[in-house]
This record gives sequence, structure tokens and C-alpha cells, in this order.
Amino acid sequence: MNQGIRRMFVVVLGLFVLLIGATARWTVVEADDVNQNANNRRPQLETARVPRGTIRASDGTLLARSVKQPDGTYERRYTQAAEEASQLVGYAFTNSGTDGIEKAHRDDLTGKVSDASTLLSALRGNERGNDVVATLDPKVQRAGLAGIGNRTGAAVAIDTRTGGILALVSTPNYDPNDFATSKGAEKVLTDPRSPIYNKATQAGFPPGSTMKVVTAAAALASGKYDPNTLVDATAPLMAASQPLFNFHGEKFDPKITLTYALTHSVNTSFGRIGQDLGPGPIAEAMKAFDFEEQLPVDIPKEHLFESGVYARGTNRLIPVDENVDIARVAIGQERLRVTPLQMAFVAATIARGGDKPRLATVQQVLDPDGRTVRSLGGGKSAGRAMSRRDAAELTGMMQKVVEEGTGTASKLAGLSVAGKTGSAEVDVQKDLVDPWFIGFAPADNPRVAVAVVLNRIQGATGGVDAAPIARAMMQAAL
Amino acid sequence: MIFRRLRDFGLLIPSALLVAIGFASVLANAGGELGNTSLIYGAVFLGLVAVAHVITTIALPDADPYLLPLIAVLACFGLVELYRIDESLARGQATWFVIGIVGYTATIYALRKDYRVLRDYRNVLALAGVLLLLAPRLPGISNPENGAYLSVALGPIRFQPTELAKLCLVLYLASYLADNRQLLVQEARGPFGVLPPLKYLLPLLAVWGATMLMLFVIQDVGSAIMYFGVGLALLYIATGRLLYPVAGLSMFMVGARLLYETRPTIQNRVAAWQHPFAQDLYDKPVGGSYQLAQGLFAQADGGMLGQGLGGSIVTYTAETGGTYPLPAAKNDFIYALIVNEVGLVGALGLLLIYLLIVWRGFKVATVAHDSFSKLVAAGLATVFALQVFVIVGGVTKVIPLTGVTLPFVSSGGSSIVANFILLALLLLVSDRARRDTRADLDRAKGGAWR
Repeated sequence: MNQGIRRMFVVVLGLFVLLIGATARWTVVEADDVNQNANNRRPQLETARVPRGTIRASDGTLLARSVKQPDGTYERRYTQAAEEASQLVGYAFTNSGTDGIEKAHRDDLTGKVSDASTLLSALRGNERGNDVVATLDPKVQRAGLAGIGNRTGAAVAIDTRTGGILALVSTPNYDPNDFATSKGAEKVLTDPRSPIYNKATQAGFPPGSTMKVVTAAAALASGKYDPNTLVDATAPLMAASQPLFNFHGEKFDPKITLTYALTHSVNTSFGRIGQDLGPGPIAEAMKAFDFEEQLPVDIPKEHLFESGVYARGTNRLIPVDENVDIARVAIGQERLRVTPLQMAFVAATIARGGDKPRLATVQQVLDPDGRTVRSLGGGKSAGRAMSRRDAAELTGMMQKVVEEGTGTASKLAGLSVAGKTGSAEVDVQKDLVDPWFIGFAPADNPRVAVAVVLNRIQGATGGVDAAPIARAMMQAAL
Repeated sequence: MIFRRLRDFGLLIPSALLVAIGFASVLANAGGELGNTSLIYGAVFLGLVAVAHVITTIALPDADPYLLPLIAVLACFGLVELYRIDESLARGQATWFVIGIVGYTATIYALRKDYRVLRDYRNVLALAGVLLLLAPRLPGISNPENGAYLSVALGPIRFQPTELAKLCLVLYLASYLADNRQLLVQEARGPFGVLPPLKYLLPLLAVWGATMLMLFVIQDVGSAIMYFGVGLALLYIATGRLLYPVAGLSMFMVGARLLYETRPTIQNRVAAWQHPFAQDLYDKPVGGSYQLAQGLFAQADGGMLGQGLGGSIVTYTAETGGTYPLPAAKNDFIYALIVNEVGLVGALGLLLIYLLIVWRGFKVATVAHDSFSKLVAAGLATVFALQVFVIVGGVTKVIPLTGVTLPFVSSGGSSIVANFILLALLLLVSDRARRDTRADLDRAKGGAWR
């Protein structure tokens, strides 16, 4: 009988091999398909089960935390400071998905990053995500938000030394807590003033005269111009068979210096510089400042708009060449569309002596025990946009703008500010203007760069409407 | 002798470690929300295992020393997983463990002189087995779930008679075959020249009939596989003729086909087995594939190494005893939960322990001296292996799903008690076999009757 018993054991062995094979099939071979099955709600449950780490502002202000629900899952709660920076912080809910830092730093916040320091926690199962410290400075954010008030607009402030984004204002903002329910999410998503739309990074505004900074950079880079080069300011200038005038028909001396032209934002001079340089050098300067591409920043890609010249009524970039009115590109008209983030990036780059900053919204990632997992490398470079000498000359010209030109409203007591105003006419009949201000301070040792824009303000100018907001933000940052 | 066995306490170290590490990781994962006092269940459990070990040492000094420690590992693994679902389940399991050990001890003491008396009670055992199987259909105590009649409800206690019936069946078959195996082998001149006379086959046909009846009446595919499988295995072991299992399997196929054609419950079950992810079957409120699909989701979530003990997603509702998202995580689907937590690697370990137990069981059968003992041991080992195959195979989509318990791991009173009795019987056979072997050796050396 023993032979039969042994054979029976072989049969059992075969059955168990079958079981092992089947288990391997579901855990390894077909695991990916099964995990992605539409009926499989485990991935969503997983996000609700592991408490995300907290998000704090750089000054320690709490922005977001996870709260345990009666059913054992976790839900996000956002503070007032997070609501003020809603487009930057974003939201994370099981039913609504994620946005902002919550999205861009999901792996950090859920503790999913698989480097050596988190391997241990992976082995014992993730109990809690990592904490994130944003570069946000709530004081600067509040100054921008208060300055824009109930108008539609956007403002960005960048720490020029680190590339950290200190403020990212887009009005109106929204309460991230609304996304906890589908009804609340619906309310935000269908709001006609589109609060979910990040106007600081996603909206293309005509840059107006702030573009002259880029044109000036191109002029200096060409070697044909220095700050004292005389330029023709005669009005009007014929460009693309249309006469080009100065703002409000202002008249200037026929020959003025490049510095004077920038200080008083003389369209006819800059139009001529554009024509003189031609499309090539202008396009080159724009590309040097990362126009026509997504800026290097940890903001969800769908919120990043590429600044440049767009075919009218489309989202199609067109090249800056003989087919565009280069005189009007040089003064920020034509079909140029730029984001406030782009212009703040330009200002920050000039402030850094022509060195482009690597932008960031998060400065530190801490594990649940408070140890630093990762920190933003202070002032990492994203390449050079212009020479140090050109940047210094341009800084001097922009200081004049604030000292005696169009940007005097941004003056800070005891500190030198470099800046440039812009007043892009978007509807001549109704006198609707997108007023701009870009700049940085202190001019001799920059720490903060800003860009502010308001949307469709009747009779506005950058110097009157945008410069004071920029001033308040810079003051808050210093 | 006793000292040697007490030294075997070392074999319990793996279980002790498992409980310690298991409870520690579950506690760590729960973030300290479970009371530290609940660790007492772990300690109590280990104490019970030690008590069982001492009882075995005293009563059955020659029994296989590995079986109990292996079972202890299983039980501890089950306890950790149940504790992971909910503390109250671990408490319940520890309580049932006490009852199981009482049953275990009672079995050993009742049969310690000679368990072979059971051979004379086979008709009683057969009757008891049939009654147990039909019990779930009796009005008043029947408790149908998902169209299958698997358990009886006596007041608050749910009891799966299948668990005890399998022991009755094995003992009956072992007894019958031990008495008649010579005839079944030698009298090969039946009506077709190969088959033995009908009167010797009759009881076996009766078993087949009973199994089929069970399928029709209780609609329990898994139990049918277990019973019929062990029947065929013992018939083969007793006679050494492949013809019996081949003929038996064909008859089973015919019966299963007939059942499939006539029973919509079975058709549903087969459809859910073939297409667990089909939307219409998944959404079906009763008799659909929701459970199986959730079991597969849990296993896929586990992957190679699992989410860690206490790391899987399971919420327990004390009022209904239900679990989410994996249903029946404490009993039928505990294998899926285990795979979720310890992955393919851990599941391999678990299956290996089962295989070791089955191997020790078959080993006991090979060293046993008389055919009844051999058949009892082989039958118990086979039915144990088949039970694991039926539930793990069901959860991993090898065969259509049937709700039987994973022995010693699933929560469930009747299963623990029945399997402890199974263990007691195996150890009784083992003890007798080794003692007889030693006696033979002593006699051969001329040292008998010392």
C-alpha cells in the first residue's frame, strides 16, 4: 500500500504546484491588469487610507493636513492660508483628484518615493506620507491678493536667490475644501470667473511694455546698443503699414538714449530697435528667457502655458520671423501672449545677473520623523539668458524706470527697485487695459522678483494700477 | 522519554516568533490604535499551544513530533491575520482554540488504548456522516448562503457539519476498505471480466451516490470534490488499481455535468469562475463574481512581497461581521488577505507548511503497521490536502469557488474543532505506528518483554 500512498502524495504535490502557479498568476503575472481593472477601487482606497503629509508654508504656517474620518480613512483639510494660495497648493480628495502641490508632489506627500531612506517604511507598510514645506510666504501672497482685491488678475513673486516661488496669486481664488464633495467641486469648476484656472501660469496676457525689457536685452546682446546709445523717438513709426504711436500720443525728443526710452516706455524707439535688430535676435532673446517652452517648475503641466506669439484665436505658437510685425513684438503688442510667471522669471533672471533660476514651489520634504528627505538646492541655475554685463546695464536702466519714469509707484523707502511697467491695450474702444509691473528689489543685491498683471481695467496704466501691488509684495518679502 | 519530548518545545519557537513579529507589525501599522492589552491574546494562544504540546508529550510519547508545531505555525498565522482584521476575531479564535484543544485531548484520551476500535463502528460513523451532511437542509436550523447550504445555525452558533462529516467519511472508508481490499483486488471476475463482484462495489457506489446527492441537495461543489477525492484516493491506495480512480472520475464528471445542466446555482458559479471580471456578473447582487473578483484584486495588490502584516486595506463591521473591500476575509477569503499582506512569497511559505503537514500525514501512513491505520492516516492527510486545494483553488480561480475554511487559519469554530480531532487521530496512528516499530526492533534484538 505504501506505493499507493507515495503516489497519492505526488498527486497532492501536483495540486499544490497548481495553487502556487495560480497565486503567482494573480500576484505577479497578471497583477498589473488586475490592479488597473475598472472595478478595482483599491488605488483610491489606498490614497484615502494613508494620511498624506502636511503642507506648510516657508514660515511654518499650516496649509493642509489630513484628518481621520469615522470610517478610518483620511480626508484633507485646508487652512485660510491655503485658500489664499489655492491655485498653488491645490487639493487632494478621493473623489475629485488632485491639483497644485498636492498633485505635483503626490509621491512625496503619500510617501511613495522609493529611495533608501523610505525603504524601511515601505517594508513595514507606509503609515504616513512625508511632510512638505512650500516656498510660499503667506505675507507676500496676502499682499498680492489684497492688492488685486476683487479684480481679475495674477501676481508672482520669486525668491531670486533660491528660485522659490514666494507668492502665486490668481484671482478669484477658491476654497480647496470645496472639492471634498462633488457638489462643492461642481460649484468651483462651473464658476464663470474660473477660479480653478491658474492665471499666473496658465493665462496668456499681452505683455505690453514689459516686453521692452526683453527687447532691451536683445539690443544689448547684439553689441550695437548700450544704455547711452541714441535712438530715434519720432512718432509715428510706420510698422506693417500701420502708424505706431506712443502711449496716449505722447511726444518725445527725436533723439533719446536707450535708457530714457525704457524709462519713459517710448514705443516708437523700441519699435525701431525691433526693426533694426530684426526677428532673429528678438526671437533669440525670447528663447533665452525660456519663451515658447514650459518653464522649469514643479507645477502640474496642464497649468503651464508657453509664452510666445500665437496665431490669433488659437493655441498654436507661431515663430517670430519675417511674418510677424517685429516692431510691435518689440513693444509687447502683435499677438504676443505671456504668463505672469514668465515675466517674473524674466525679472528674476535679470536680478540674478542673467542666470536663470530653477523655479520651485517646495523647498523641503521631511519624513514623518522630521528628517529632511530632500531640500531645494539653493539657487540652482537653469542656464544663462544673458551676459552678466548686459544684465547689470539692464538693471541700471530698470532702476531709472522706478526712480524717475513710469514706475515710481513701486518705490520702496530706503531701497532701490528695478522695474518696468506695461499697459497693454486690449480694447481700444472701451479703453480696457491690462496693466503690468515687473521688477525686483533691492536692485543692488536682489532678493525678490515680482510680476503683477490685472485683466481689462478701464483706463488703467501699469504705473498706477500694478506698480503699487508689486511694491506691497516686495515690501512683504523683504 | 518525556525529557526528549519536552526538548521538542524548541519546535514551537517558529510559532512564538510568528506571533510576536506578527502582532508587533500589526500594532505598528495600526499606529498604536490597538490596545497593547490585546497582545494578551497572543500570549494566551501560545500558552494553549504549549498545553497541547505537554498533553501530547504525556499521552502520546511516540507520536510524530513535527505535526503539532507545524499546525501551531498555521494557527498562529491565522491568529495574526484575524487580529489584523479585528481584535474581537482574535479573541473568538483563541476561545475556539481552547474548545479545539479540549476536543483534541478528549479524542486522545478516549482512544489512547487503541483507536482501532473505531473500525468496528463504521456503520454508526457512516450514518452520523450522512446525518451531518443533511443537517443544513433540515428546516429550522438550515442557513443558506449564496444558494449553498453549508452551515446550520443552532441559536447563535453557526456550525459547518461538513467539517466533522469528513472525519466520519474517512474512518468509514478506511474501515470498509481495510476489511474488503483483498476481495476488491483478487475477485477480478465480474460481469465485465475486470470489475469485482457488484456486492463489494456496492458500498463504494453508495459513497458516490451520497456525494452526488450531496451536490444536488446541498449544492456544495467543494465538499463533493473533497469527499469524492478522498474516496477515490483511498480506493486506489487500498487496491493499487488505477482503474478505480479513473472510473470514479468519469462517473464524477457525468454527475457534475448533469448537475450543471439542471442547477442554475451551479451554472452561475461556473460562469462567475470563468469570467470573474465580466461587468454583468460582477454587478449581480446574488451568485455573481463580486467576491471572486475582490479576492483577485486583493491578491494583485499583494504582489510579490505583499503590503506587510497589517498593511492591507480591510475594514471590519462588527455588527454584520462583514469586511470591506474584500468580503469574507476572516474565513473563505483569508487566503486572499494573506496574499495581500505577505505576497506570493508568504503564500508560498503557507502552502509549504500545509504540504509539510500532508507529507508528515502520509509518512505516518507509510510507517503504520496495519491497513486500517494506513488508510486512516492517508485518508486524513488527503482530505486535509483537498480542503486546502478546494478553498485556495477557489480563491485563486483554479476551480469554482466553494466556501470551505482554510484549516487552522480561517476563523470558525467547527473547522478548528474538527481539524484538531483530525490531528489527534493522526497523532494516535503515529504514536501506535512508532511504538509498534520500536517493539518490532526490540523483539528482533531479542530484547522483547524487558
